[in-house]
Amino acid sequence: MAEVQFRFRDDEPVADPGVTVDAFGEQTNAAAVRLEPGDDARDLIPHLDRLQLIEVNFPVFGDGRGYSAARILREAGYQGELRAVGDVLVDQLTFLRRCGFDVFAPEVPLDPVDAENAFSRYAEVYQPTTDGRAAIWSKRHG
Amino acid sequence: MYKYDTYDQAMVDTRVEEFRDQVRRRLEGHITEDQFKPLRLMNGLYLQLHAYMLRVAIPYGTLSGAQMRMLGDIADKYDRGYGHFTTRQNIQYNWIKLEEAADILADLASVEMHAIQTSGNCIRNTSSDQYAGAAADEVVDPRPYAELIRQWSTFHPEFSFLPRKFKMAVIASDIDRAAIKLHDIGVQIVRNDAGEIGAAFYVGGGMGRTPMIAPCINPFVPIDQFITYAEACLRVYNRHGRRDNKYKARIKILVHELGKEEYTRQVEAEFAHLLTQNIEPPLAELERIKAMFADPAFEAGLSDELDRSDPDFALWVDNNCVAHKQPGYIAATISLKPVGGIPGDATGEQMRLMADLAARYSFDELRVTHAQNIVLPHVKKADLYALWQALDANGLGTANLDLVGDIIACPGLDYCSLANARSIPVAQKISQRLSAKSQEIGELKLKISGCINACGHHHAGHIGILGVDRKGVENYQLLLGGSEAADTSLGTITGPGFDEDGIVDAVEKATQVYLANRSDNERFLDTYRRIGMAPFKEALYG
Repeated sequence: MAEVQFRFRDDEPVADPGVTVDAFGEQTNAAAVRLEPGDDARDLIPHLDRLQLIEVNFPVFGDGRGYSAARILREAGYQGELRAVGDVLVDQLTFLRRCGFDVFAPEVPLDPVDAENAFSRYAEVYQPTTDGRAAIWSKRHG
Repeated sequence: MYKYDTYDQAMVDTRVEEFRDQVRRRLEGHITEDQFKPLRLMNGLYLQLHAYMLRVAIPYGTLSGAQMRMLGDIADKYDRGYGHFTTRQNIQYNWIKLEEAADILADLASVEMHAIQTSGNCIRNTSSDQYAGAAADEVVDPRPYAELIRQWSTFHPEFSFLPRKFKMAVIASDIDRAAIKLHDIGVQIVRNDAGEIGAAFYVGGGMGRTPMIAPCINPFVPIDQFITYAEACLRVYNRHGRRDNKYKARIKILVHELGKEEYTRQVEAEFAHLLTQNIEPPLAELERIKAMFADPAFEAGLSDELDRSDPDFALWVDNNCVAHKQPGYIAATISLKPVGGIPGDATGEQMRLMADLAARYSFDELRVTHAQNIVLPHVKKADLYALWQALDANGLGTANLDLVGDIIACPGLDYCSLANARSIPVAQKISQRLSAKSQEIGELKLKISGCINACGHHHAGHIGILGVDRKGVENYQLLLGGSEAADTSLGTITGPGFDEDGIVDAVEKATQVYLANRSDNERFLDTYRRIGMAPFKEALYG
């Protein structure tokens, strides 16, 4: 399993490896689960209160289903760790962060300077998501 | 016209620096070409047959004089002195160096322009009606709604890695001048019986190898829920659109496979959820944008009289100009289709001239049309003759709007790495062969694609031509009966294809069948729809 490289949370990392969505349904005590692109994030919504870690796998960076999965989970009120794993590249970091990911475990570690630039580059955003950043339109109309 | 505020400007300036950094990382070998490809593509930078091609966004096809002048300067400074206006109302430069791409973006940013999301599997530049704000038949100016989409879709975090590219178009009149039903999402801004403004959503249209006409999935979304509805349409697509086969990955396939009812049901469920998420910009934002699209300071009480004593001018007026909502004004189309020319190409010098003429005669505004021409939307009729003389003296006065010479053509095998056949030489030959008869033939929309991806919109041409590769030889199929207007239809292939000269002969024969059979004021398309394919087949293959 790839190491966590960036973490934007203060709580203790969850050590358990995430189980598959299918296994999760049978293991009533599992606190970590791993979503693949074809899994339906909404299947987890009834169980969010007992989940501490949801890993979302990006087998290839071009498969963008994980972005929707992340937003759906955050929109449903999930507060636990949301970890992007797999083919996570520098130029996806901003989008991932905006969709609610707060932990990143790229398969191939990223250049820390490039990553830092990516996380901080855009001062403003056009769209509101659940990441707490105000959209430009809300600043325009205070 | 829309003016950037500090937020908009910071966004494009930051993008320039980000892209400069991405190019640096590529040139220094920190990222592979495979990793760089999606990044440069999201900046409209393609690696073509001979060089890099840069596609610059022209949101909803609207340009100021200063912007058009900059496009001309870029053509001279970084390219070979010309640019190519596209069917997406954008411009492409064909001879770009990777090392200079960020400098071009910086020049563009200095006039509030960019190349953001002009390619890649994301929401592309939104197109619109080229007569927006001038057309007598529009409910409202559609461009503020398109600008709202531009901002919402720019760096949308959830929709930057869609199954496939995603194109939207917005109109606000019943006459469709933007082919909205051939888009991933077509929006028609409408007014209901209560006088309220809303948006009709057409989803799942497209051309390419599986052409489909978009069904209407919701005839009236209240305007203060418009962006939320679009977000719902996109989320369902991002989650469930096919990713196993790039040729089946467009939203049209999802809508087709699920069926309109099931897709709509899923969108409505997602919409109901998203309404709780407060993602819709407030109406105050729409009002802020609308104020920038207020009418220019038209003079009142002008005469609609025109001196038509110069017959060449009169012909140009009849062919290339359309009625304006304001008495005494007219919208004039500058044809980029000179006889035998390359459709949609303009030189840097011509672009600067058009910029000057816009400043002088059209409240400093120009439009790019999806038919690859330029419109001066607000010309005082009293100035029209002087305008035409200036255009005509510079090779821009061709009087052929919507005639057989007004050909849409993709760049084809002369430039494009996807093409199977050349499009440009075929367009040039047809234009030369038929230009003398074009007035007699009347409206005839001819569209040429150099491969099945259909960038030249061949499915939607009254006459369409599709270039294919047949055992290593360029071969051209002929289609008849397509339309991209409100009566959208898809063309039908006549039969076996032709070689390059054969397709020119075939087009001429098709026009002869039409002329021999037309009654009253029928257009080519009307005659074809009435008499059907058989007489054409007989003439072509009999």
